[in-house]
Amino acid sequence: MTVADDHQLPRPVDWSAPDAVRRRRSRHAADRRLQWIGIGAISIAIGLLAVLITTLSFSGYRAFVQTMITVDFTIPADIDPTDPRSSRRFRTVVADSLAAKFDEVERSELRSLSQLLTNNAPFLLRDHVAANPSLVGTTVTLAIPAADPVDQFNKGTIVRETPEDRRRISDRQIAWFDTLDAEGRIAAPFNWGLFFNADSRFPELAGLSGAIVGSFYALLVCFLISFPIGIAAAVYLEEFAPANRWTDLIEVNINNLAAVPSIVFGLLGLAVFLNFFGLPRSAPLVGGMVLALMTLPTMIIVTRAALKAVPPSIREAALGVGASKHQVMTHHVLPLAMPGILTGAIIGLAQALGETAPLLLIGMNAFITSPPGGLLDASTALPTQIFIWADSPERGFVARTSAGILVLLGFLIVMNGVAIFLRQRLERKW
Amino acid sequence: MAGLTFLLIVALTAIAYVVGRATGSRILARHGVAMHSLPGYHGAFVAAWVGIPALVLVLLWLLLQGTVVDNLIIGSIPDLPDDVGEVQLILSEIKNVAAGRIFSEPTAEIEAAAARYAAWSTIARWAMVVVVLALMLVALFIARSQLSHRYRARNNFELVLSGLMIACSVVAIATTIGIVASLVFEASRFFALVPITDFLFGLKWEPQIALREDQIAGAGAFGAVPVFAGTLLVAAIAMLVATPIGLLTAIYLGEFASDTVRAVVKPIMEILAGVPTVVYGFFAVLTVAPAMRQAGGLIGIGVSPNSALAAGAVMGIMIIPFISSLSDDALNAVPRAMRDGSLALGATPGETMIRVLLPAALPGIVGGILLGVSRAIGETMIVLMAAGLIARLTANPLDSVTTVTVQIVTLLIGDTEFDSPKTLAAFALGLVLFIVTLGLNVVALRVVRKYREQYD
Repeated sequence: MTVADDHQLPRPVDWSAPDAVRRRRSRHAADRRLQWIGIGAISIAIGLLAVLITTLSFSGYRAFVQTMITVDFTIPADIDPTDPRSSRRFRTVVADSLAAKFDEVERSELRSLSQLLTNNAPFLLRDHVAANPSLVGTTVTLAIPAADPVDQFNKGTIVRETPEDRRRISDRQIAWFDTLDAEGRIAAPFNWGLFFNADSRFPELAGLSGAIVGSFYALLVCFLISFPIGIAAAVYLEEFAPANRWTDLIEVNINNLAAVPSIVFGLLGLAVFLNFFGLPRSAPLVGGMVLALMTLPTMIIVTRAALKAVPPSIREAALGVGASKHQVMTHHVLPLAMPGILTGAIIGLAQALGETAPLLLIGMNAFITSPPGGLLDASTALPTQIFIWADSPERGFVARTSAGILVLLGFLIVMNGVAIFLRQRLERKW
Repeated sequence: MAGLTFLLIVALTAIAYVVGRATGSRILARHGVAMHSLPGYHGAFVAAWVGIPALVLVLLWLLLQGTVVDNLIIGSIPDLPDDVGEVQLILSEIKNVAAGRIFSEPTAEIEAAAARYAAWSTIARWAMVVVVLALMLVALFIARSQLSHRYRARNNFELVLSGLMIACSVVAIATTIGIVASLVFEASRFFALVPITDFLFGLKWEPQIALREDQIAGAGAFGAVPVFAGTLLVAAIAMLVATPIGLLTAIYLGEFASDTVRAVVKPIMEILAGVPTVVYGFFAVLTVAPAMRQAGGLIGIGVSPNSALAAGAVMGIMIIPFISSLSDDALNAVPRAMRDGSLALGATPGETMIRVLLPAALPGIVGGILLGVSRAIGETMIVLMAAGLIARLTANPLDSVTTVTVQIVTLLIGDTEFDSPKTLAAFALGLVLFIVTLGLNVVALRVVRKYREQYD
């Protein structure tokens, strides 16, 4: 028996045998299948995002224009616009001025005719006259927002072909509308009211200014609290903290806080800030404080990452020429890490801007018709305003909600864009 | 007034810095390099001792002033009713009268109390300004008198700085303690009204009815099992949507995609992750739920307008980027040698992925999925807008169910009476939510870490 018999060499594989070819084919086919499934998954994800954005844009773009009706109002000479009781008379003025355009309007139809304009038309007119007292006794030409059904009709969401009893605008109103339209009194300019009006029960007057100001205050408070505290905590944990159980405890804590559901922070704000400390409900100050506690873990984590990215040689060089540890930190490491920290801070604030649930619990979903004047005034925020509108039954609020979402997404895109810009321009590669 | 006080603190702190630095400069001129610290550190030392105690004092004062004045007012009113709710009503009426918001003719007692309230509030505010000012001036003189050429101003200032940094890192612990304390405290008040076993194992959840007097003791009205079941159903649907799509996305991006595809898809995933949840909620209401109803109508199945399926599916979309990025991390953490070895033996990229990388990365992926589950359970806005309000014990995804987070919000919105079991039930639910998500996170992080250490 020879050694060669003991170690029989395997027969050379015939790679082109039909069996092998089939095996290889099926293996490659499996490979391609996996690839296609992956492409399918990605396409589904991207497709869903596309559907989301398109549906929101399609339902929201209409709210960026607002149907306005230009009417000549005849202001009686004996009216006092500063008197709060005059609004009843202004209501008559509005109805009569509209009726004067059509000769065949009966008294019983006056109400239906006035409903072409927003319900608040008398107040808009009164405020306009009060601002210009010289107009008393003259004829004022003013463009007034149309009521929601008229607005919907003009934008084509309510169509003529629908039977009269199934739409919110009557045949008579459509006829009046057509007459006004033929005279060129109907226009649909850009809806500045969406940005400069506060909330309203009437969709044609509802705007985001209160929500934008409220969100701004809340984010300001959030930034002022979470930015310095986050940096200080991160610097301590990254550069100064001794490695012991206490430090471990803090780190575990921060990681867990980052994953606590946001609504739990709302419960904390409600129980501690509102009930225990008695801070006012719905205030941007409390909202900002809750958001700050939520953002803090993110802030600490990004700051630590930015500090880690500064090479140790910088620290060693500074220590070598006699700087104290604190001087190394404040004079060298922090300034070098600042672009990274700022980028993270902006992204953290963008997250806070979209946060809704905790704000609901501390009452920032109230119906408030004027922007907050300070940190303690009741206010809404952008996401809670969107939630309020999404819950409103009026048809016009669907478009407003989508428009509000588009505005919110716009703010988020700007903030993230600034963050990306900062990252690309300022961040240094070592 | 608070704003004025803060301005005052900032101004005096700045002055303190200037004073301290000027003193330091004089010392420097006299002693030259024999001086221990630079003049700037003398200024910073004085400023820190003037500003920080004053700031702490003002914050404490502002937080406690309201409670103290309220208690003083309550104590000053003769023959008070026993009921806590009525006392609160009287107190809020007094405050309204003091603020000039008079709805009905107040009694003479209330008016007198309102006058006292206004006077005491003013006194308290001015007292704060005076006390803070005095504190800052005393601190300024004491701190300045310490300065000399031997004085270690820099070391002492750095000590203050270290103390501040430690205080800031303790905020995270304070937050956790605050969360646990408030949840446990309010939940224990709830469990004093409703037995904990009824809450955890009861099958009937009708908190709205319980507002009526005769229903408070009604057994079973606060049985949270249907709420938990609804939460699990929605979360399960979400994970069924998110896990395959997220995981396959990570697999494709990790093994097959070209750099261009990766450069396009990654930002898109980030956008999906950055969309606020309220937007997803409205998307569910506006598009997904009606579409599902129509689809159900076409094949003759009745779909509830706020079905668990719609809420869960949209929540799944929200979690896709989360799963995909965590799976991506896990796959990337597998050592390159394993992958190269598999490819060198002749395995196709797909076989390498399925037979080598995926099993090796499995613990990390499971950890990511657990984190996703915890997120799905804690998510509020999507279910609040798209899921139902009525608790129903069902496993049918086309039915309407409610979740823990939805119940928390609906129980607390608009209502701040803190002694009814209805509002307290929200905190009990919150406690359960907190414990469950915390448990999931701890387990997930442990799984991920343990597995990472194997390859490091």
